[in-house]
Amino acid sequence: MYTQGLDQKGQSDAKGDGLEAAADLAAFQKRVDAEEKIEAKDWMPEAYRRTLIRQISQHAHSEIIGMQPEGNWLTRAPSLKRKAILLAKIQDEAGHGLYLYSAAETLGVSRDEMVGDLLSGKAKYSSIFNYPTVTWADIGAIGWLVDGAAIMNQIPLCRCSYGPYSRAMVRICKEESFHQRQGYDILVELCKGTAEQKAMAQDALNRWWWPSLMMFGPSDKDSKHSAQSMAWKIKRFSNDELRQKFIDVTVPQAEFLGLKVPDDECVLDKKTGHYGHGEIDWQEFIEVIKGNGPCNKQRLAKRRKAHDDGAWVREAAGAYAEKRAAKAA
Amino acid sequence: MTNKEWPLYEVFIRAKSGLSHRHAGSIHAADDQMALDAARDTYTRRNEGVSIWVIRSSQIVASDPAESAAFFEPAEDKIYRHPTFYEMPDGVENL
Repeated sequence: MYTQGLDQKGQSDAKGDGLEAAADLAAFQKRVDAEEKIEAKDWMPEAYRRTLIRQISQHAHSEIIGMQPEGNWLTRAPSLKRKAILLAKIQDEAGHGLYLYSAAETLGVSRDEMVGDLLSGKAKYSSIFNYPTVTWADIGAIGWLVDGAAIMNQIPLCRCSYGPYSRAMVRICKEESFHQRQGYDILVELCKGTAEQKAMAQDALNRWWWPSLMMFGPSDKDSKHSAQSMAWKIKRFSNDELRQKFIDVTVPQAEFLGLKVPDDECVLDKKTGHYGHGEIDWQEFIEVIKGNGPCNKQRLAKRRKAHDDGAWVREAAGAYAEKRAAKAA
Repeated sequence: MTNKEWPLYEVFIRAKSGLSHRHAGSIHAADDQMALDAARDTYTRRNEGVSIWVIRSSQIVASDPAESAAFFEPAEDKIYRHPTFYEMPDGVENL
C-alpha cells in the first residue's frame, strides 16, 4: 500500500529531462494505452522510471517500518494463538518489503541505495506507521483499517503498467486479506467482551480512523502528481475515489461491531449511496510526513539500530561465503 | 565485505509437480545455500512450491528488448508453420 508520499515529493520528476525523442515517448504512451505491460529492460521515459522507483521504494520502506507498531505487541499478545498469528503477519510484511525492493531493483536502483535512503531519512514511508500502538485493540485496528486501506490502494496496483510491480502486487494482495481478517477478528472478540474491552476497541477506532483516511494521500485538488501517473497507468483511481470506497465499505463493518466512526458527518447519503466525511486535518498529515509525527524519530532510530546490530551477521555470512568459494576454487 | 552488497539471485518456483518452474522474483544472498533458504522464506510461505531454483542474476543471458523486432523477425514470415495456413477441402474430416 502506502504510496501516498508519491504526491508529496519530487514534483519535478514528472517533467523528465526534455531530451527524450517525442517519437519514443509517443510509442511508449501507445503501448501503455493498449494495456501492454512495460518490462524491466524496455525503453521507458526517465520520469516514468523515477516515479516508479520512488513509489515502489516508498512502498517497500512502509512495509519494513510497518513491522514496528505491531512488533510492539508481539511479546504481550493475549494468547499463544494471537501471538503466532501476529508473528506470521509481521513476517508477511517483511516479505512484502522484499518483493517490492526486488521489483524496484529491476529499474536500476540498488538495494543498498534504497536502504541507505531510508536510514538517512531521505526516503519517505507511509505516515500511518508513525502513530503509536498503545493497546492490544490497536493491533486489531491496524489489521482492519490500515490493511483495509492498503487493500483498497493495492488492488488497482495489480493492474499497474509496470510488469514487475504489478506482479509483486498480485502476490501481496493475496496475503493482505489474511491481515485484514485477523485484525477484524481481534475486534470482534473484544466487542463481544466486557464493557472495558469494548471501550478499548472504540478508543482504537477513534485514534486510527483519521490517520487511516490520510493513507490515501492528499485530496485530489491538491494532488499534483496524479494526472501523469494516471496517464501512465501507474495509478488507476484518484486518492479521493479510493478514500470514498474505503469509507463506504468500512462504516458498515464498524456498525456490525457496535462501534461508531469518530465523525459526525459520516452519514449515509441515500441519494448517492455514499457516506460523507468531515474535513481531514491535512496539517497533521503534512507534519507527520515531514517527520514530526508522534513516533517518526523512534521508528527511524529503531530501524537504524536493527541495521547496525545486524552488521556482524552480514559480515560473518559474507566471510563464510568467501571462504567456501576460495576452498572450492 | 561489510559494504559490499550481496549478489542478486533470481528465484524460480515449481508450484506442483507437472508444472514448469516459473520466475517469482529475486533475493540477495551471500551464497547459494542462503539464496535457497531466503527464497523459501520469501516466496513460499503458503505452500506455493515443491521445488525452487535460484541462479545468480549475473549468470542469466537475456535477449535485448530493443532488438526484439529484428531478433524474432525470422519467425514472422513463416506463416506456413501454422496449421491455419492450409485450407482443407470440404468433405475431408479429422484433419
